[in-house]
Amino acid sequence: MIVVDDLHKHFGGARAVDGASLSIEPGSITGLIGPNGAGKTTLFNVIAGELAPTSGRVTLGGDDITGLPPHALFARGLLRTFQIAHEFGSMSVRENLMMVPGGQSGERLMNALFSRARIAREERLLAERADEVLDFLTIAHLADERAANLSGGQKKLLELGRTMMVDARIVFLDEVGAGVNRTLLNTIGDAIQRLNRERGYTFVVIEHDMDFIDRLCDPVICMAEGRVLAEGTLAQIRANEQVIEAYLGTGLRKRPGTDETTAQDGSDAHLAFPHPLASDAVVRGPITLSGESLSSAS
Amino acid sequence: MSEPFLVGENLVGGYGQADVLHGCTIAVDRGEIAVIVGPNGAGKSTAMKALFGMLSLREGGVRLDGESIDALSPQQRVVHGMGFVPQNANVFPSMTVEENLEMGAFIRRDDIAGTMNEVFELFPILKEKRRQPAGELSGGQRQQVAVGRALMTRPRTLLLDEPTAGVSPIVMDELFDRIIDVARTGIPILMVEQNARQALAIADRGYVLVQGRNAYSGSGAALLADDDVRRSFLGG
Repeated sequence: MIVVDDLHKHFGGARAVDGASLSIEPGSITGLIGPNGAGKTTLFNVIAGELAPTSGRVTLGGDDITGLPPHALFARGLLRTFQIAHEFGSMSVRENLMMVPGGQSGERLMNALFSRARIAREERLLAERADEVLDFLTIAHLADERAANLSGGQKKLLELGRTMMVDARIVFLDEVGAGVNRTLLNTIGDAIQRLNRERGYTFVVIEHDMDFIDRLCDPVICMAEGRVLAEGTLAQIRANEQVIEAYLGTGLRKRPGTDETTAQDGSDAHLAFPHPLASDAVVRGPITLSGESLSSAS
Repeated sequence: MSEPFLVGENLVGGYGQADVLHGCTIAVDRGEIAVIVGPNGAGKSTAMKALFGMLSLREGGVRLDGESIDALSPQQRVVHGMGFVPQNANVFPSMTVEENLEMGAFIRRDDIAGTMNEVFELFPILKEKRRQPAGELSGGQRQQVAVGRALMTRPRTLLLDEPTAGVSPIVMDELFDRIIDVARTGIPILMVEQNARQALAIADRGYVLVQGRNAYSGSGAALLADDDVRRSFLGG
């Protein structure tokens, strides 16, 4: 579907993308992983027309799309979401979604003056569609909220929702999971799988959550230093020595409880004051300052 | 019994008419790491803002080292030793890494070279890139700049809003290692985290917020072991 051939993007002396070549199969959910600074987001930005490449070629379904501006790519069904959500803060969540489809009648002055009924009809349909999308994403109760008031994770959902307002062919998700609660991330994962299965979307997903990648993505591409380091199933990637060294690591060096300043049993015996939370009990419901449950105290 | 170093008690407040926080209580003491987790929109970031003075409270109050700081602006709270790293827009993109760190030390009148070296020791990549504009760094590297900048004030307590959002697993482990290092020096650390499992594993105290209230509280280990918490907030 997408073929990237020897793509370079240099910022002065810094080679953010340095000869990346890869291809994305139609109908796949491809995971793109790699250490911070590997060039993943820059690669997205070049493919999505945000940045012009220094050299190299990108094709979509055989057509050369290198350097096309984002709106031209949008018309061809190539959409992306941002690592840091880009919402219209002063508009409602529903309006943010209704914005997405292009070529609406109300955009033309003559229609705005003389075709009120048509515009109203169109907007009603769009609002319905937006509400369906919000329902799908489990944030229907926020439809009339100003987008600026959403939490970080909810904004991420809105980002994903935008791609559902039109018939996309390929969607690039830039860290849709960063800042999203893990339970909600599972919901997003379900949504991605459904869109993939039912509407035939192809996805390319940048994500650091390996559980998420494991659930959704095959194949997985690992980038490092602007190039493709390895490609394969996640199991193959996980076994790759270079990937472990550059990206996955081997876990926390300083686990709590392994240091002499913490008691060996992992309790908080080093604390200066006795704290009820230091016990192994989980307190349910509201608490007082000393950590006692309000409900059982009253 | 002395009370914890930083306390936000019975916090009630929000944006405009609607309250986001409905009486939650958050505290962290010296040498501790406290972690706030919870579903999206539960008020985690809002609770952080309340502690830092960016939200006017209708009820409840914040105390630092036993003294009420409710009357202090966020700027004054920095002078009093609070360091805060927000979730987004936490670096100056057009400034170099080094300039960003210098900006962090804006309120200091003494020599900052030593602190900067400590930050570079914690985050070697920042030393390597110190002449590069922060806006050219990747998401994870920017996060390191933001944490580094907060450390430049030599804070007495550090508030981190999702420090590991968008960083790779290896950097996340490293960041958590650093956070443990910082906590061991006696600086209480309070953070909001989505990588709840990893964060709770290093947390002395954990708070699960739901709709602006304390839903579950306990040591990180106890919360991790709790069935209800696991099922509802850690994704099984």
